[in-house]
Amino acid sequence: MAESSQAAAGKDDTVLVIEAKAGSYAAFEELVSRYEKKIYRLGLNLTGNPEDAEDMLQEAFLKAFEHLPEFRADSRFYTWLVRIAINEGLMKLRKRRSDKSVPIEDAVSEEGEIMPREFTDWKPNPEQVYAQAEIEAILQNAATGLPPGLRTVFLLRDVEGLSTEETGALLNLTEGAVKARLFRARLQLREDLSKTFKRG
Amino acid sequence: MNLLNCKDCLQQISSYLDGEIDSELKRHLEEHLRKCHHCHVVFDSTRKTIELYCDGKLFPLPVEVRDRLHQALRRRWQEKAG
Repeated sequence: MAESSQAAAGKDDTVLVIEAKAGSYAAFEELVSRYEKKIYRLGLNLTGNPEDAEDMLQEAFLKAFEHLPEFRADSRFYTWLVRIAINEGLMKLRKRRSDKSVPIEDAVSEEGEIMPREFTDWKPNPEQVYAQAEIEAILQNAATGLPPGLRTVFLLRDVEGLSTEETGALLNLTEGAVKARLFRARLQLREDLSKTFKRG
Repeated sequence: MNLLNCKDCLQQISSYLDGEIDSELKRHLEEHLRKCHHCHVVFDSTRKTIELYCDGKLFPLPVEVRDRLHQALRRRWQEKAG
């Protein structure tokens, strides 16, 4: 290995991508180490189970490795990686669905009002009240309870930090549709989590 | 005078969280949130919902999953390198 992992750690993504393309495994490994945890979390919240999340994680990085020569420097490496990962995750969801006739992306409405029903304050700091495994299960159940078309928008925008524009480009949605879905996703999740986290 | 009712307020909560509303609407919305407990609860718990999902301490990557990932990548890298 021409370069140590320690040397790669201080470099930004653009430099690491150039070095990985030129044959540095240390550079590629550093990119993997930077984002593996986030991609795994994305997989858990998207697919709802650890086996699928691990498959998604492995496939995403193996594909990123295969297609690295095609990666263009004018986009963010992480956005490119998330695009690969989300496609892998959606494929997993499609395979699992018994009814494959309706595309996941179309099975969601952006119309219609969402009226909150839970108006009780939450307990302070639920993350300190519940055990970590417990809170993870609660969050995962709520996320997988959303239609995939809402779930993906929420995870990309709010959890992975992609912009409305990046999310729209990735999911082939208009910016208006991204905003409408994000609004619905947030309120539906809030409603669901409120049942557990409300006081009293 | 605040012209926002609860329905208007709830419709704007998501844009408010994203900092995407103009200053005039923001002023009205914040005034409504100060006075309306229901809307404040919805706003506060929506914000908290997002914070929980972003909590970096949750959903750790298990060591064995990480090891399998790095083994698979190293194998592929070596295959390619011949």
